[in-house]
Amino acid sequence: MSLLLSRRALIGSLAASMLAGCDRLADTADVREILFSAENFHKWSQRALGDRNALAPEFRADQLSPIFRANGTHDPATDEYRALWRGGFADWRLQVDGLVGRPLSLTLNQLRSMPHRTQITRHDCVEGWSAIGQWRGVPLATILHAARLSDRARYIVFHCADRMTATRPYYESIDLIDAFHPQTILAFALNDRLLSVPNGAPLRLRVERQLGYKQAKYLMRIQAVESLGNIHGGKGGYWEDVAVYEHYAGI
Amino acid sequence: MADTPSSPEPIPPQPVPEPVSEDGLLVRRHRLSTRLWHWLNAVTLYVLFTSGLGIFNAHPRLYWGEYGANFDPAWLEPGRFSGWLTLPAHYSLALSRRWHLSFALVLGFSLLAYMLWSLLNRHIARDLAFRRGELKPRHVWREIRGHARLRFPTGAAARRYNVLQKASYIGVIFMLLPLMILTGLTMSPGMNAVLPWLTDLFGGRQSARSIHFILAWTLVAFFVVHIVMVIVAGPFNEIRSMITGWYRLPGAKTGAKRGGERP
Repeated sequence: MSLLLSRRALIGSLAASMLAGCDRLADTADVREILFSAENFHKWSQRALGDRNALAPEFRADQLSPIFRANGTHDPATDEYRALWRGGFADWRLQVDGLVGRPLSLTLNQLRSMPHRTQITRHDCVEGWSAIGQWRGVPLATILHAARLSDRARYIVFHCADRMTATRPYYESIDLIDAFHPQTILAFALNDRLLSVPNGAPLRLRVERQLGYKQAKYLMRIQAVESLGNIHGGKGGYWEDVAVYEHYAGI
Repeated sequence: MADTPSSPEPIPPQPVPEPVSEDGLLVRRHRLSTRLWHWLNAVTLYVLFTSGLGIFNAHPRLYWGEYGANFDPAWLEPGRFSGWLTLPAHYSLALSRRWHLSFALVLGFSLLAYMLWSLLNRHIARDLAFRRGELKPRHVWREIRGHARLRFPTGAAARRYNVLQKASYIGVIFMLLPLMILTGLTMSPGMNAVLPWLTDLFGGRQSARSIHFILAWTLVAFFVVHIVMVIVAGPFNEIRSMITGWYRLPGAKTGAKRGGERP
């Protein structure tokens, strides 16, 4: 009996200290590296299992979410953004630069007059919720071809108008496999209306095989780069820099 | 035996060959593959459950169907799980995901390896597969009644898993864990593009998330019953058998509690 009791006490204290132990383990660099390497395995296996251009599921109009939840920044609220918004984004320009042969500066009207793609897709937030919406926009591939993307480019970086803190603007990046995916578009309309401010007016990214934090809103500039190391925190995105979110958010 | 002294007839001295009692016999109970996988699973499922609750806390609402967010009706809203249950103990969705998505790989591949190993060493055919007559309602009912009274098989009958053990192990290995993995994959937007039939199978991403949550607690229920059974059946003997493989067959008279003692 005493053996049983002492074992129970042992198991009890073990259970209590196990979580603390796991927390401490996650603080050591080697353990982090092993834990974080799973991201690459998931990315590799997803891309090895399916076609690189495998499409995200698309839905019918009767499957739309009644209300499409806006998340993250609801209004960039900077003087610059406010001024653009007051002018109906007539003065807004999308800069396309970096490793391109022909840098571009596109107006909203120019973008709207380019060939569109319309898709009804499911937006999956990393938090766990989902919303289905209909997006209309220009395939990113069209823009990258027009700008004559250099062979050296490996990532496309999206710079946004919203600041998360005084010093940190929101930004995101994707590799070229996702950049040239047919469903990757620069969307200017949600559910047949021009983007509202909470949903990213005037232009936002849709990368349909990845989670919500990759869908950068309030786009100002698209930059082609060879490496992400020199941009902001160096991990390829705001959430990747400030927390330890995966750069590949297909999981 | 209790009735021996009052027995009217004296027992003949030698001739009748009595069946050899196996009570108290030390036997090989668990194979190496089973022991390795068992303890690896203990760690893996612990990390997956606690980090899973951490992920759940980011949006503690559950829905049926393809979509579901704050404006949509939730079928369950249990509130957030407290820090002593989640990994990490403080709220960090990103770290919970790192733990969960790396140990998910351990779970998936170790389950696959265990299934193949158990097929090759005939663990499935010899120990897990139901035998003729085991599934007859009368037999099952007898086992349930026996378990409810905490009376477990003894001697030679204790060498093999009983029908309730088999059913729960088969259920966990071939149904619960594979369904956990499949519903988990269904929540991945990348996998939705690779295997679009997954969301159809579970009726949508939010349904898969709800099923994943229900199955996680089903595994907890299995764990609780499992631990209670180990304690009732004799924790020393049971834990030893899962570490060394050696198991002492419980005696008929002394019952399960004192498997080691013989009259």
